[in-house]
This record gives sequence, C-alpha cells and structure tokens, in this order.
Amino acid sequence: MYFETNDLAVGYRGRALISGINLSVERGRILTLIGPNGAGKSTILKTITRHLEQIAGVVAIDNSNIFTWSNKQLAKRLSVMLTERVDPELMTCRQVVAMGRYPYTNYFGRLTPEDEAVVDEALGLVRATELGDCPFSDISDGQRQRILLARAICQQPEIIVLDEPTSYLDIRHKIELLDILRKMAVEKQVAVVMSLHELDLAAKVSDQIICVKGDRIALSGTPEEVFQDQRINALYELENGFFNALLGSVELARPKGGPQYFLLAGAGRGIPLYRELQKQGTAFSTGILFQNDVDYQVAKALAGEIIDVPAFSLIDDGIIAQAKAAIDRTKVLVDAGTPIGAQNACYRQLLDYAAEQKIERLSGEELLKRLRQA
Amino acid sequence: MKKEKLAWLLRCQLVLFGLAFLICAGIVLSVNTGTVDISPIEVFRIIFLRGGAGTLESNVIWKIRLPRLLTAAVLGGALSVSGFLLQTFFRNPIAGPFVLGISSGAKMCVGFVIIFVVGSYGRISNWVMVLAAFAGSMLITGFVLIFAGKAKNMSMLLVIGIMVGYICSAITDFCVAFAKDNEIANLTSWSMGSFSGAAWDDLGVICIVVGVSLLAAMLISKPMDAYQLGEGYAKSMGINIKLFRALLILLSSILSACVTAFAGPISFVGIAVPQIAKGLMGTSKPLIIIPTSFLCGAVFCIFCDLIARTAFAPMELAIGTVTSFFGAPVVISLMLKRNFRKQQ
Repeated sequence: MYFETNDLAVGYRGRALISGINLSVERGRILTLIGPNGAGKSTILKTITRHLEQIAGVVAIDNSNIFTWSNKQLAKRLSVMLTERVDPELMTCRQVVAMGRYPYTNYFGRLTPEDEAVVDEALGLVRATELGDCPFSDISDGQRQRILLARAICQQPEIIVLDEPTSYLDIRHKIELLDILRKMAVEKQVAVVMSLHELDLAAKVSDQIICVKGDRIALSGTPEEVFQDQRINALYELENGFFNALLGSVELARPKGGPQYFLLAGAGRGIPLYRELQKQGTAFSTGILFQNDVDYQVAKALAGEIIDVPAFSLIDDGIIAQAKAAIDRTKVLVDAGTPIGAQNACYRQLLDYAAEQKIERLSGEELLKRLRQA
Repeated sequence: MKKEKLAWLLRCQLVLFGLAFLICAGIVLSVNTGTVDISPIEVFRIIFLRGGAGTLESNVIWKIRLPRLLTAAVLGGALSVSGFLLQTFFRNPIAGPFVLGISSGAKMCVGFVIIFVVGSYGRISNWVMVLAAFAGSMLITGFVLIFAGKAKNMSMLLVIGIMVGYICSAITDFCVAFAKDNEIANLTSWSMGSFSGAAWDDLGVICIVVGVSLLAAMLISKPMDAYQLGEGYAKSMGINIKLFRALLILLSSILSACVTAFAGPISFVGIAVPQIAKGLMGTSKPLIIIPTSFLCGAVFCIFCDLIARTAFAPMELAIGTVTSFFGAPVVISLMLKRNFRKQQ
C-alpha cells in the first residue's frame, strides 16, 4: 500500500478521541471519510497531515513513518486543502496557485520557467486558466475551491488530503470539483484522502469509504459494501428520516397515525404525492408496487402500509384482496395516474371495486389541491 | 502575461525612484528650513565640502538638523516595517504596535526606568532605555499572544490589545503619582514622541539595530509570503510555524521597541504606511513590501517631523500629533474601501 495508517489514535491534548484507525489507499485511488458532524473526520485528516500530533500509532507513506520526516520532506509528497478561510491581500489566483511551489523554489521563492509551467498545468487541470490574473479576493466560492485545489496540485504531491472540499459549493460546483479530483487522481496517479458530507457524491466518487463515528471507525469498505440503507441509517442515527442508499437520497420522517388515503401508484407517479402527504403529516397506504418500481423506494420510507410484490412477478388474487382491504380502511382512493398495462391490469379491477363500494376517488391533482388548501 | 509583468516591474521602479526622490527632497527641505535660516548653497557647502566648521550654521546642521532628520527617516522606516510584520503575524491590516497595546507596554517600562532608576542613579545610557522599551514590548506582546490563542476572532484580539493598553497606562499613571516633577516632565515629553533628542551616537545604535532586523525580515520573506494563506497551509508547505512565528514577533518587537525607546510611542505610522506601500506596489509580496514600507515610512516621518518642527514655529508639535493627524484618515479610508469591496 502506498499510504497506510497502523492503529493510529487521534485526539487533542494527549487524549485519544478515536483509536485503532487503519486506513490504506493506493496511488490513483480515492478514500473518503463520512460520518456525522463532530465525529472526528477532521481530527483524523489533521493528524495524517501532521497539523495535529498523533496520540499513538503510525502513518506511513511508502512504508516510511511520516512522523519522522521533516516538514519539507512531507510537503513534497503530501499536499492539503483545508477548511480554513483563505483571504490573502492583493494576490492574484495565479500567485495563490504558485505558492504550491514553495517546497521547490529557492531561498527567496523565485519561480523558474519550469515552476511557471507547473502552475500553468495545474490551472489548466482545474479549468481555471482564465482566472489566473484575477485577484483571489474577487472570485466566487466555487472558483476559490478550484484555485486552492490547483495550489495543492502544484505542490506535485503523491497524496492529497482534502477536508470537506465541497462544503458551501452549489451542486454544479460540487460535481465539477469532484470530477476534477477523480481525473487528477487517475492522470497524476495521486492518492486522495478526503472527507465529504454528501453521501450520494461520496458513493459515486470514492473507491473506498470509511465511516467515522465519534470514538471509532464504524465501518469501512467499498461504496457497495458501506452504502446499505440500514448501515447508513445507523451511522447517522436517523430516526426521523431515512437514507436510501440505492437512490443516494434522503426522505424526511414517516407521517404517524392510521392511513387516510390509499394511493394507487407506480412508475414514479406516486413520489410527488407521497412527499406532499409527508409535508402535511398525513399518513397513507399505497400499492400495488413492484419492488423494482421507483415509487417503491420512496414508499418504503414514507408509507404507513405498502402492498407490494417482488420484482417482475405476477399480482395474484391474494395481493388484490390485501389491496381491497387497505382501500376499505382508508375510505379514499387516489389514482396517481399510473399507466395500466398487462402486468398491472388489476388496477382497473381495484378502481371498479372502489366505485362499487362508493369509496371516494381522487386524481393526483385533486389530492394535491385538497392538501394545499388545508 | 509577459507584458503585464514588464508593466509591473516598471511600476515598481517608478515607485522606488519616486520615493528616493521624495527622501532627497525631504532632506533638502528639512535641512533648509528652521528657525536659523540657511541658504541651500550654504547647506551644500557645509554638508559636502565640510565648510565653515565651527560656525553657528555648521553646528545647527551637523549637530541638530542632520541627525534628527536621519533618525526620523530610519525610525519611521523601522516603525512601518514593524507594523507590516505584525500585520503579517496577525493577518489583520490594522494590527500595529499602538493598537495592540505594545507601545503602551513599552511606555510603562520606560516610565519605570525614568522614575525609579534614573531617580536613584542619575543619567543612564540609551541601551537601558532600549532594553526597557524592548522588555515592555515583549511583555505585552506575550500577553496579546496568550490571548490571541484563545480568541480566534480578530476583533476580539483588538479589543484585548486596547484593554491591555489601558491597563499599562493605568500602571504608568500609578507610578507617575510617586514621581518628581522633572521625572514627570521627562516621561511626558518622551511619551508625546519626538525626534528632537537625536544625536549621532544614538543614530549609530539605531542604524545597527534597525539594519540587522530589516535584513533578518528580508531573509524570512518567503515564509511570510506563504503565511498569508494561513497557518495550516503554511505548515503544509514545509514551514516550521513555531520558529517562524517566534522570529516574526521578535523582529517586530525589536523594531518597535527601538523606535519607542528613541522617539517615544508614535502612532499610526505602523498601520498606515504598509497599506500605502501595498497600494503603491499593487502586491503584498514581503520581499517587495518590506523595503518599500521602509522607504515610505522614512518619507512619511521626514515630512511629519518637518511639519511638527515648522508648522507653529518656534513652538514644536509632538511627532505623534502629526502622524495621527495624517495617518488616521488614511486608515479610515482604507478600511472603508476594503469594506466596500467586500460588500460587492
């Protein structure tokens, strides 16, 4: 392994906060730390960049313990992007990026033509060539992060450590930054260790995920291993909400109480209605959903009761009876407008049943209108 | 790209030439004006041809005006560089020896020396004054540093500096209560600040202290540049932060202590001049700003001293009065400009 920690313990003032940390990452790979706020992600990152003293254990690059290295030695192999606010006076973006050449320049920091070439390349890599002559204080947050990343790249490291590089960025700039990071990792064969808040992005950009939870590493593994609904919900102690690992999105808390509507849904028509009902705090039941239906993923988090069938299987009479019973209990049937085909032909049967029983029937729009009036 | 760099170099050269010219002009003007009228030709003859030795004119120039002028220039420059170093240290444009209470600390110690030591032993050497001012500066710097570690917020730090300054003033006033009239007069005239006491011997001491500190400051200009990105980044680029910070604060304290010891506390030069220097050069690179600040400070103090000397002649103003009068508006305008830019 290129970068490794062995039984590292980190903390403040000699007291270990998290111990037994064993991370490892190869060059060209991305390792991401996730976990709740205050769980110690930054503490770990600050320790492996030597901004904090380790409590115990070893951090090794190329099998050599970095705690025995000089600052300069480390600076040539490891560079950082921190959360601290950078606000230099009268510096152009180019000058900020060129600061990354610090470990390589002479005593007075003169930039050679080779240094300038490295700066140009780094600016190009983060797609900020045109920002070079702008004052650093005048650019947007998204541009700042890219410039700071260019600075880190300019240091020609073999490993980059980033502490929440995407905070405060809008979604476009988040994607842009992670995209650059991924490309850089592969092209420059740089190992990346970072912390992220956005679980969905972490799953997509990382090769390896570490879950940090207060006093320990709760989980580690590939994104597929780590991102399972129950694991993430337990990591963040989500009681009033639900993280769906498959979709990478979060649903708010499930409405309490007995279902007041039965939503005949499927094919994504149910999702906007479920969410509106959640906002109003109205419990509902829904069906008949195939487990491979996108509605099923959201219903799982929000519905009081789901009538579901395994993916691609047929809806049998037992299921239909269950649906009828659910309709009877709610007294209102909402037709979400799901197209009816060969597999869900029984929907017609349910609609007819509701008409026979004189059960109130609403369309999706009517439900929304009623909820919003209330 | 290339063209812009050339334009910038040209700008730097112009600024440096301008400053050099202003220093020359200031020297000529200063030597020329005063209660004893001496014509420029006479001045030239006395200084460069050593003519008229022993005459009144020669004495006025060699014993009074020239040492005073040069002291003003060197100390003004030292004060500006000291301010720049402090601003780098705190990464705050209005940090300065006066704002952070460091000058008041120096005054406190000098007060002790004037009242208790001079009172018992008679005259003392300049070195004792320098050491007293230095000890006072370091003491208060230490205090401010301890608080700086706790108060992450910069405005908090300034409040602490101002409060510490008040405490020092209170202690000084307390000592004054036990002092004799002539000691109080000494301390008061010292604390108003003036270049008038300068003699060639002092100037020698000043030049050595300032010269060495200035050189040392230039030698750490590379880490100073990187430090602008913040402590975390500076460390990650291989800088030994503890050593660097210690050096920075030591140099700054030596410079400001030297000024305070020889000319008393002089306000606003340390804040205003580095800002002017940055504005003139359009950069904050320490390697360029340190010498520019020094020259700007020299020009600023030569002219302020000229004004102090001549504005209400034969009465002389305290140098601090003049520097505040011209320095404070510069600081206000800079703050407003910065605020305006941030809001945009």
